[in-house]
Amino acid sequence: MPINVAVITFPGTNCEYDTVKALERIGYSAELVWHDVVELNAYDALILPGGFSYGDYLRPGAIARFSPVMQAVEEFARSGGPVLGICNGFQLLTEAHLLPGALQKNVSLKFICRSVEVKVDTVRSSLTSLASKGQVLSLPINHFEGNYTCDDATLKILEEDERVLLRYVDNPNGSVHSIAGICNEEGNIAGMMPHPERASDELLGSTDGILLFRSLCEGKFSR
Amino acid sequence: MLYELSVEIMPKPGIADPEGATILRALHALGFDVTRRVAVGKVIKLQVEADAGEEALQIVESMAAKLLANPVIEVAHVSLVQEHVASTD
Repeated sequence: MPINVAVITFPGTNCEYDTVKALERIGYSAELVWHDVVELNAYDALILPGGFSYGDYLRPGAIARFSPVMQAVEEFARSGGPVLGICNGFQLLTEAHLLPGALQKNVSLKFICRSVEVKVDTVRSSLTSLASKGQVLSLPINHFEGNYTCDDATLKILEEDERVLLRYVDNPNGSVHSIAGICNEEGNIAGMMPHPERASDELLGSTDGILLFRSLCEGKFSR
Repeated sequence: MLYELSVEIMPKPGIADPEGATILRALHALGFDVTRRVAVGKVIKLQVEADAGEEALQIVESMAAKLLANPVIEVAHVSLVQEHVASTD
């Protein structure tokens, strides 16, 4: 059986097909899973892809957080399964309190869509377990609300427990401590603003995203 | 009875408010040097069925805590705008 990944979609998600294609290029099986599904135990990993769930109304992820599937996502995550939120998926994981902090408007007040460099800060997570500490990856960002923020106590914990997974080399959006991605205490739930699925083929200019998908599905935290 | 309430949602103190900062700069550029601070938030207006104004306030406070505001970055202030609203349905 090939590795089977659920790519969870909400009304307004728009990166789900890119994500499925990226996973299939690696040789995984990937399925689109609609937000009314309440059983996810058959999957090896879950990905909450990018987009504008519910039109980003109220706050990005604020409405999707109450979708039926989120209960199943939480159960999957609490049982140690690897979960990755990309962009809107990251915003959603913070709204669902599965990851701390929040994503606010970019400090420039501009939507930013370009490739950036991020540095791997820790390999103790589902997202980075096959990467090397200090490794620099080239990944596209595509967001208006990607400016990570949290209170000082949370930031201290994230730093001390080595839960900052990826840091921007040249901070594009004002994120505190240049944070581009974090994980939960256990390391299995990860969220990141850059889009690894858009860095999964030479034609796209970078294949650095593949390493992150491989870590998620075959690394230390895989099922 | 139908009550009209308003929820004012503002960035939490200490959270960057780039929109407010940009408007402040624009006001200074226009000669409004007297401006010291600008904060930008949003207002949500609701009509709620309740037996009393106090109950309507409690209901909307609970909405704010659960959905309308994100306490990590925002502060919500609920106020009663009008009692006995004629329904607009």
